[in-house]
Amino acid sequence: MTGKTRDGKGSFGRVSRRQFVAGASALGVAAGLTPFGSRQAMAAGEVKVLNWQGYGTDEKWALEAFKKATGLDVVHEYYNSESEMITKLQTNPGAYDVIVTNSAWNDRASELGVIQPIDTAQISHFGDLNPAFRDSDLLGADGKVYGVSWVWGITAVAYSTEVFKETPKSLEALWDAKNAKRVSFRDDAIEAVSFAAIATGQDMNHPKDLAKVKEKLLALKPNLAMLWSSEDDWNKQFQAKAFDISIYWSGSALRSKNNFKLPVGFVVPDEGAVGWFDGLAIGKDAPNAEGAHKFIDYMIDPTFYVEWATKVGAPASANNAAMGALPESDDKTLYSDQAAIKRLQFMAPLTDEERQAYSDLWAEVKTEFAK
Amino acid sequence: MTPTTRTRWAILGLTGPAYLWLACTIFLPIAAMLALSFLDKSPLVPKPASFTLANYGAFFGKPFYWSLTRWSIELGFWVTLFSFLIGYPAAYALAKRVKGRWREAIFLLIVLPFWSNALVRIFSWTMVLRPNGIIDLGVQSVLPGAPTVDLLFTYPAVIIGLVHSYLPYMILTCYIALQAIDDSLIEAGRSLGANKLTTFRRVVLPLSLPGIISGSALIFVPVIGSFMEPRILGGTKGATLGMNIEEQFTVTANWPLGAALSFILLAIVLVIFGMLYPFLRKQSGAA
Repeated sequence: MTGKTRDGKGSFGRVSRRQFVAGASALGVAAGLTPFGSRQAMAAGEVKVLNWQGYGTDEKWALEAFKKATGLDVVHEYYNSESEMITKLQTNPGAYDVIVTNSAWNDRASELGVIQPIDTAQISHFGDLNPAFRDSDLLGADGKVYGVSWVWGITAVAYSTEVFKETPKSLEALWDAKNAKRVSFRDDAIEAVSFAAIATGQDMNHPKDLAKVKEKLLALKPNLAMLWSSEDDWNKQFQAKAFDISIYWSGSALRSKNNFKLPVGFVVPDEGAVGWFDGLAIGKDAPNAEGAHKFIDYMIDPTFYVEWATKVGAPASANNAAMGALPESDDKTLYSDQAAIKRLQFMAPLTDEERQAYSDLWAEVKTEFAK
Repeated sequence: MTPTTRTRWAILGLTGPAYLWLACTIFLPIAAMLALSFLDKSPLVPKPASFTLANYGAFFGKPFYWSLTRWSIELGFWVTLFSFLIGYPAAYALAKRVKGRWREAIFLLIVLPFWSNALVRIFSWTMVLRPNGIIDLGVQSVLPGAPTVDLLFTYPAVIIGLVHSYLPYMILTCYIALQAIDDSLIEAGRSLGANKLTTFRRVVLPLSLPGIISGSALIFVPVIGSFMEPRILGGTKGATLGMNIEEQFTVTANWPLGAALSFILLAIVLVIFGMLYPFLRKQSGAA
């Protein structure tokens, strides 16, 4: 519910030193000490899940309900970054049943052959899924489904409703001289490049004119108050009035407003914003593929989703029936705005070269910011 | 006395485990990193990697790496200087003026910050330096209507945080050097007609130089590689090569480039110490 619940695409997010150490040691474990690192889920009564910690699949009440319905125990292993997830899948083949994969990473996993096609006939709620996510190229390959769309969210503009009497509808508000020293971005190369690409009218994932992107980001300098790193950081700085308008994550913005009672408004600008979605995949040679299908079906079940969203707080469900079953709330209003959803560009896989180019560009821009 | 076979074995037996430990925990990982810095792909990528110099080339080809390196070195210089200006007088007072139980108590106060996590200390500083923070409220209560004191996300904030983190190293090394100076040497200087300042300049300062140098080295080296403090206290104004190296490992997953940048930083440190070496040797010989 707090920083524990993951929002946005933590993939390229800044990782704290502790998380990095945890990640690095997990890599060490994966590389050298496999027998100690992962008890292979041999038992037929077990489903082994690989996910971020505190991200839906490990809710205790849910696992109890799932056990009651199917008799299956769910065992978890966690990752701290998507590249760690890929490494774990490669070093422990046949160890995992269900893996949570981001839209920008599912392709990579299927390409590497670490996940297997899903038999959608076994997923009873598959027909209720929003076709925009369900049939996305990002979750399939060669006409086969490699990921069942699960949840999705928006990265767009959050602003102080105390300062902005009118909703800032254009992305240009971030560059507006009126907001000098009042703007914040996340310290994240891909997010920064994506928004500069959207602001200059380009394809967010593969902008053709990187020089324009760089110029746009450099123009941010007089307006930029700070770069934020985590939801917790954002809340603290917003409360201390360090900035008034910022790139932010939808789920986090709703939590800031509802749980922390901060005067936060959230808008998908006219120019567009970033969308992301997570899928549920099945590991290659999964020890319990049948159980994996059952667990995925339960994860997209409206009863699970409504309880998760109302009790704990969750991103939007990719299941139309689940969204329909959600009681009226800010979440529901935001995620049901079809016009806004149309303006989103969804995160696609990037090549290593692109990732490096964006990272270099952002490092260069940040160096200019510091001058 | 030449060591007999027996003492040789004793030396080997006593130091061997320590060297073996160092070899396993320090030398091998660093050697692996050095090898990594010449590869074109991270070990995380399943494709075979090949030899390349491109990672080192990237540093020389992109001017922003130069700016970052220069700022890192400047930061190291300022932090070391301020640590000396604050730490040396404190060490002098402790070694030569304060005696008995007071000394123990003050020592405890100096070492105390080490007992808390570095991250906690740095975050505490954000509460002190921000507008409406402790400094700002203090100034406002004395001078109502004074302009807001907002030091957070500025270069001075980074220096303040780093000096606070590393000051104990300077105090402790200078204290040890100063304490070793025989008081009779100072008295001899005084009795030969030197005034206090001259005695300090000609006797105390040269004799404590090894302490100052080792304290400076202990501070300078980690500070030019620092990344956590500049990010938290400096915001957009804190940019160092260390931050870029950290990002290569955690964000971009380009370990080879991160490794190459680390070794460039290491080379710069070695060059700086190489230049200081003749000076160091002369001093330790004189002491």
